[in-house]
Amino acid sequence: MPIRPKSSEEQAVEQQQTAKAIAIAGLNHWYGSGATRRQVLQGVDLEVAPGEVVLLTGPSGCGKTTLLTLVGALRMVQEGQVRVLGEELAQSSRGLRQQLRRSIGMIFQGHNLLRCLTAEQNVQMGADLLPGLGYRARRDQAREWLRAVGLGDELHKLPHDLSGGQKQRVAIARALAAQPRLLLADEPTAALDSRTGREVVELLQRLASDQGCAVLMVTHDPRILDIADRLLRMEDGRIVAME
Amino acid sequence: MNPLAAAAALWRARRIPLSWLLLTRQPVRLLVALAGISFAGILMFMQLGFRDGLFDASVTIHRLFDADLVLISPRSSSSVSMAGFPRRRLVQAMADPAVEGITPVHWNLLLWRNPQTRATRSILALGFEPTDPLFTDPALAPKARLLQQRGRVLFDERSRPEFGPVAEWFKAGRTVESEIAGKRVRVAGLVGIGTSFGADGNLLASSETYLELLPNTPPGSIEVGLIRLKPGADAAAVVARLRQTLPSDVTVLTKQGFIEFEQNYWRTSTSIGFIFTLGAAMGFVVGCVIVYQILYSDVSDHLPEYATLMAMGYRLTALLGVVAREGLLLAVFGYLPAYAAGQGLYLLVRNATQLPVAMDTGRALTVFTMILVMCMGSAALAMRRLADADPAEIF
Repeated sequence: MPIRPKSSEEQAVEQQQTAKAIAIAGLNHWYGSGATRRQVLQGVDLEVAPGEVVLLTGPSGCGKTTLLTLVGALRMVQEGQVRVLGEELAQSSRGLRQQLRRSIGMIFQGHNLLRCLTAEQNVQMGADLLPGLGYRARRDQAREWLRAVGLGDELHKLPHDLSGGQKQRVAIARALAAQPRLLLADEPTAALDSRTGREVVELLQRLASDQGCAVLMVTHDPRILDIADRLLRMEDGRIVAME
Repeated sequence: MNPLAAAAALWRARRIPLSWLLLTRQPVRLLVALAGISFAGILMFMQLGFRDGLFDASVTIHRLFDADLVLISPRSSSSVSMAGFPRRRLVQAMADPAVEGITPVHWNLLLWRNPQTRATRSILALGFEPTDPLFTDPALAPKARLLQQRGRVLFDERSRPEFGPVAEWFKAGRTVESEIAGKRVRVAGLVGIGTSFGADGNLLASSETYLELLPNTPPGSIEVGLIRLKPGADAAAVVARLRQTLPSDVTVLTKQGFIEFEQNYWRTSTSIGFIFTLGAAMGFVVGCVIVYQILYSDVSDHLPEYATLMAMGYRLTALLGVVAREGLLLAVFGYLPAYAAGQGLYLLVRNATQLPVAMDTGRALTVFTMILVMCMGSAALAMRRLADADPAEIF
């Protein structure tokens, strides 16, 4: 198929979109089918610049997590445009999404560490995704990240022997070890007490901004809202307020 | 790239040994899996060992003969039912320029009376001219000379104990006499032959003694004719020539053909092969079920972790590789104890039954291949569970 040369206007738009970490326009998403079909996202528009920290709040069931999984290339886009790190996800191939996920760090509600690996090995599973690095270099990076999250003394502990806050910090180190350009976090403080939660989120914000990494975080936790560059509120599948 | 540099590059590029850690961090499950695989392996080793041992045992005596070619009657079906053919045929074979020597052999099962309990039992008796070579083992010739006296036999000291304490008595210096087919014979010496399927014991006699024990043998009839060829002769060509020149009342075989003739009888005319192969197949199936159960529950238990890895950007093929490597590790570490136990059990069987059961490379490889197929097949089935790992569900 011959490729139509792009007009300068189109190129400019593309450039602009590529520069964004996330550019979403007119995103709709449904669950189920037939009579039980339910719309969870209704015309969502959202842009996140590189290095920006955006917090997303809202009642449960309003579609926050769905939005996160769509941005994280974990779910097929049904309708609308989702451009993440310059890649269009609508009608994207499985291979592209898998490849893109390597550039996206994800931190989950539960820590989702591999139970059979030590803290260091868990973080190295992230570093192992980096191409062209030798085993030793990847291991050293893993150790470096664990020191950065304050776990330099717990390298060889299994998740089982770590506290909740420590596990979440290992998860942060693992996400960052893959050198992502975008970090997605879904209620990373949910399982933590308030002081630890605050510490973990501050750490997350500091390390991400050091890397120039954009952050999109879903949270219910009112004590951490002040770390955001921008705060979004979602209700019934719509982004209703921007502060 | 030279192999050393390639190995160094592989070493540099290595990852966290996830399969190994998944297995070893659950030692109880690992032990159960290894015990199951080893058990299946041992079962296969035993069944195949018995089968091969029995087939091998059927030709214990066949292997000993000093012959390049063997003549038998086409009516013979196995060592327990050898028919006679005219001895003239063997002499005719002498006419071939490549033939160096011949040994006519009488062959039959006779009743031997246990000198201690007086009970009788059937024993394989061979009759030959004591001056003719019979076995390749040179130790036989000086003993064979003792057979020139009438009524003397050489007794196989590896015969089953039911024939009486002949070897013990003889070694202790006692004169051992017994009856064969109602005729008195004296043991002139001991030879080592070994039992087989058809024969629990063996004895050698001169043709003269043999014919005295079996007076009804038609004159000039023998059961086996051994032919030795001149050095450098082409055995296949001689077989072809003899088949052409000799009448159809004899079958011309190479020594290997003679061995296969006997093994083939036990393989095809009895259910031994089937029974033991079925036993080995049972081991295989049991092993499959165990390994599949272990790997399937292992994948199920770690499904959220596999999904996490997919969310991190690991390829599905990388995760399939983790399960495949688990299968491979189970195969290798389950095989080793099975191999060791197989060796031990073979020793036990050899001592208890005198069957020539031993670990050979072929069987060791066969069982390893079976275990490998078992583990990799189960891993492949368990991998289907990985399709359920949906990274979108873990948020």
